[in-house]
Amino acid sequence: MATIGLALGEPQGTECARARVVNDFSISVATVNGSGSQSANNVLLKSIFGMGVPVSGKNLFPSNIAGLPTWFLIRASKDGYVARKPDSEILVALNPETAKADVEALPAGGVAIFEESLNLDQVRADVAFYPVPFDKITASICPEAKLRKLVKNMVYVGVVAQLLAIDLGVVESGLRRQFAKKQKVFDLNFGAVKAGFDYAQENLTKQDPYFIERMDKTAGKIIIDGNAACGMGAVFAGVTVVAWYPITPSTSVIEATADLLKKLRVTPEGKATFAVAQAEDELAAIGMVLGAGWAGARSMTATSGPGMSLMAEFVGLGYYAEIPGVIINVQRSGPSTGMPTRTQQSDLLSAAFLSHGDTRHILLLPGSVKECFELTQAAFDLAERLQTPVFVLSDLDLGMNNWMSEPFDYPAKPLDRGKVLTAEDLERLGGFARYRDVDGDAIGWRTLPGTPHPKASYFTRGSGHNDAANYTENPEEYQAVMDRLTRKFESARALVPAPVVVKDAGSKIGFLAFGSTDCALCESLDQISKRHELEVDYLRIRAYPFAHAIHDFVAAHERIYVVEQNRDAQLASLLKLDLPADQLVKLRSILHYNGLPVDAASITEEFAHQEGL
Amino acid sequence: MATATPTPKVNHIGLPILEYRGGKSTLCAGCGHNAISERIIDALYEMGVEPERVMKMSGIGCSSKSPAYFLSRAHSFNGVHGRMPAISTGAILANHTMKAIGLSGDGDTASIGMGQFVHMMRRNLPMIYIIEDNGVYGLTKGQFSATADLGSKLKTGVVNDLPAIDTCALAIQLGATFVGRSFSGDKKQLLSMLKAAISHKGTVMLDVISPCVTFNDHEGSTKSYKFMQENDEPINEIGFVASFDEIDVDYDTGAIYDVEMHDGSSLRLRKLHEDYDPTDKANAVRTLMEAHDNDEILTGVFYIDTQKPTFIDLLNVVDEPLGSLPESMTRPPKSSLDALMSALR
Repeated sequence: MATIGLALGEPQGTECARARVVNDFSISVATVNGSGSQSANNVLLKSIFGMGVPVSGKNLFPSNIAGLPTWFLIRASKDGYVARKPDSEILVALNPETAKADVEALPAGGVAIFEESLNLDQVRADVAFYPVPFDKITASICPEAKLRKLVKNMVYVGVVAQLLAIDLGVVESGLRRQFAKKQKVFDLNFGAVKAGFDYAQENLTKQDPYFIERMDKTAGKIIIDGNAACGMGAVFAGVTVVAWYPITPSTSVIEATADLLKKLRVTPEGKATFAVAQAEDELAAIGMVLGAGWAGARSMTATSGPGMSLMAEFVGLGYYAEIPGVIINVQRSGPSTGMPTRTQQSDLLSAAFLSHGDTRHILLLPGSVKECFELTQAAFDLAERLQTPVFVLSDLDLGMNNWMSEPFDYPAKPLDRGKVLTAEDLERLGGFARYRDVDGDAIGWRTLPGTPHPKASYFTRGSGHNDAANYTENPEEYQAVMDRLTRKFESARALVPAPVVVKDAGSKIGFLAFGSTDCALCESLDQISKRHELEVDYLRIRAYPFAHAIHDFVAAHERIYVVEQNRDAQLASLLKLDLPADQLVKLRSILHYNGLPVDAASITEEFAHQEGL
Repeated sequence: MATATPTPKVNHIGLPILEYRGGKSTLCAGCGHNAISERIIDALYEMGVEPERVMKMSGIGCSSKSPAYFLSRAHSFNGVHGRMPAISTGAILANHTMKAIGLSGDGDTASIGMGQFVHMMRRNLPMIYIIEDNGVYGLTKGQFSATADLGSKLKTGVVNDLPAIDTCALAIQLGATFVGRSFSGDKKQLLSMLKAAISHKGTVMLDVISPCVTFNDHEGSTKSYKFMQENDEPINEIGFVASFDEIDVDYDTGAIYDVEMHDGSSLRLRKLHEDYDPTDKANAVRTLMEAHDNDEILTGVFYIDTQKPTFIDLLNVVDEPLGSLPESMTRPPKSSLDALMSALR
C-alpha cells in the first residue's frame, strides 16, 4: 500500500493481550488487476453488511486491463463511518509484487493473511501473520485449472470469515443470492469459501483482536454504487434517448441504464420505448443528446473530464439555443488524461462555464448514492423546465464504489416536461415567439418538431437571434436575449435542489462541501468534536447556481471552511463570484487532490492547523 | 383546404407552392445553393409532403444557411460546424416519424464534419443528407475545401495539390442506401433525384455540385457552371413516378433499371452507361474512381438499396415518437423500483 502513498495510521500498541476490536477496522485486499477478485471482495463486503455492521468498499484500481496492482479496501464501522480510512489493520496479501511493501505499510498490531510460499512473516515482528496455502487449497477443490485464479479469491473470503468470526451462513446466503440461478457456480464458489474457512479453523490460531459481531445497523438498507443509482434515476425519470461514448469512470452509468431499460421499458409487443446509441465520440454523443432534447425526448449522456472538454462547443449551443439535455459527469483526476481510475472533484469550474462566450450551466451535486438517484431525476425535470443542459457532477468514488443506503423512494411528483405549446395552444394564441419572456420567469415557450400547426415552427440556431428566434446582429435584440438568459439563471436558484443543513450547532465556524466529500467531513466533524471539544456547523451544497440559503449561511458565520477534492479551490472560487465582496474574506479552503478519496483525519488535521488548535 | 374556389394551383394534399417557400435568401445572387433550395421546394410540393412533418437540419457555412430559404412551416436546426449528423441522429431518435432533410457543405462535411459524416452513413439513419458542394469555403473568403479536385485553381492562382474526397464513393462504401450526385444547374435531374430521395427510407446522400459565383466560378475551377456544363456526365437518366401518380407504362424496359421505393413510388433509371447496375456496390465505387482518373464528373443515382434496415429498425423502437411518449410508458411503476430495492438488500 505504501506504493500508492497511503499514510500510516497511529500505532495501536503491540501487546498481544489487547482488548477485542469489534466492528471498527479496515481490511485491505491486495491483488493483481484482472485476477477476478472483485466479486470475492464484494462477497466479503456484503457478508459484513449481512452481519448488520455498517460497511463500505473502495476499489483502488489501476488504469489497466490486467497485471497491475489493485487494492480493495473494506471498512467496517460500528459508528457508520463510510469514508476511506487511511490505514487498514488487516491485509490480505495476494499480490506477490506488492506483498512486502503492503506488509510494511500495516500499522503495528496489524494482521497479514498471505500466500504461504511468500514467506512474509520474516518482514516484521509486530504483526500477526496467517500463512495460507491458497494455491494448494484451490487446486484440491477446483480440478479445472483455468477457473482456479477466480476460485482462489473465494478461498480468502472463507479464511477472513473464520478469523473475524463472520457467520458462514451469512456468507452462504449472500452467495446464494448472487448466483441465484446458477447452482454449479454457487457450489464451486461456496466450496472455495468453505475450504478456506475450514483450513483456517483447523490450522490457524487466532492471535489478533479483530472481530465482526452481529449488529442491526444495516436492516432494510441496500448496497449500490453511484453509477448504477444514476442509471436507475434516469430510467425512473423516463429517459428516452441515451447517447454516449465509453470513458472511465462513467461507462457503468450507461451500462446500468441500458440494462434497466431492456428490463423495464419494452412494450408487450417487444418494442423499445427508448433508444441507446453508442456514438463515435463525445462530440457526437452530446450532439445526439441536444438533437433529441430539441425534438422532445428526455435525453442524456454520461462522461468524464476529457469527454466533457470535447462537449464544450455543443454545450454552449445548448445554453444559447436553450435546449434540454442531461450530462452526467463522473469526475476523475485531471488535468488532461490525468489518473482515469482515481477520484477528484475538479470539473466544477469547467462544467459551470463550459464553452466559449458568456455561458453558465446548472450543476447538480449528489452527495450519496441516494442522491445520485434523486438528482439524476431532478436533472431531467430541470433541463426541460429551464430549457438548458443540466450537469450531474458525480465522481469516481461515489460512482464506482459500493455504498450502503436507505432504499430509494419512488418519485412523488409527476415528470415536469416544462413549457411546450401544443397545436391547440397555437390555435388559441395565434402564434408564438420562441424566446419571449411572457411569464416573467425568463423562460420562453417552445414547440416540438411535428406539432401539427402552420405556426408551430421556429428556427433554432446558435447564431445571434432575437426573441422570435430570427437571425440578428442588432445590438439591442442580441443583448435582450443575453440578459434574459441571465435572468433565467437567477430563476434557477429557486428551482435547483436546496442545500442540506447537516449540522447546526450555532457555531461561529461553518463548513461548506459538496458531493462525496460529505462522508469524510461528517466523520471529521465528530473528530473535531471529540478531540477539540468544538461544535461547528455544516451546510452541504447540492446545486449551482447557489441557493440564497448558501449566502445566508456564509453571512451568519465568522469563518467558513470550504472542503473539496481539487487543487484550485473550485467551489470556493465559484462562491467568490457569487458572494457580496465583504463576505469573501471569510472563506478558507481545505483541499485534497491526490486521487484517493478524502479521509476524515486529513480534514481534521488541516482544520486544526488553520485554527491553531 | 382544397376547395372549388378559384385559388392558386395546389398539390395533392391541397397546398399551394407558397406554403413550401422560406425566407429571402441572403446568399450571393447566382449562388448554386439558391437553385437547390428552389428544387427542394418543388420536390416537397410535388410530393405533397406536409410541411410540419419535415425537420430541416444544417451545420455551419453558406450551405447551412439554406434551410432558412425554404419551407418556413417546418422546424429547423442550424447547429454547429460539422455536427449536423449528430444533431440529426438525436432528433430522429426522438421522432422518427418525421422526414429529416439536412443541408451541409463540402467543408462542413468533408473536413470538420468527416468524423460524424462517416458514422451517420454507417448507421443508415433515415434522412436526406445534401452536400451543397462548391469546393471552397465561402464565408471565410475562398480557401480550398477537401472536395476540391486535384489541380483545380483558386482565383488567386493557387493550385490544389491534394486529392479530392469523393463523398459519394465514401457514402456507398460506408453504408448509405441512396447515393447520387447532381448539379444545381440541372433542374430536371436534381428534381427527380430529390423526389426519389423523399420516397427512400434510409440514408440518402446527395452530393450536389453548386458553383460559388464569388470564389470558385472562374477558369481553372472544376466546380464552375462552365466546367459542369462541359463535363457533366450523367450515368443514368432519372425518371420518378410517385405512388399517387398515374402509372405511365410506355417505356423500354430493357434500357431501364426500375426500383420500387419504400412508399410505393417507382424510380426509373435509364441506363446511359452500358449496363450500369445501381445495386452493385463495388462496381459503383470503381466507376466513381475511374471517372476521377478520366476527369469526368459523373452524375446520377450511383447506388440504391431499398431493403437494408435503418438505424431506427435496428433499435426496434415503438411506432410513436419517443419524444412524445406519455409518462405511463416511460416511468416504470413503483413495483419495479421496489423489486430493484429488495434485490439490493
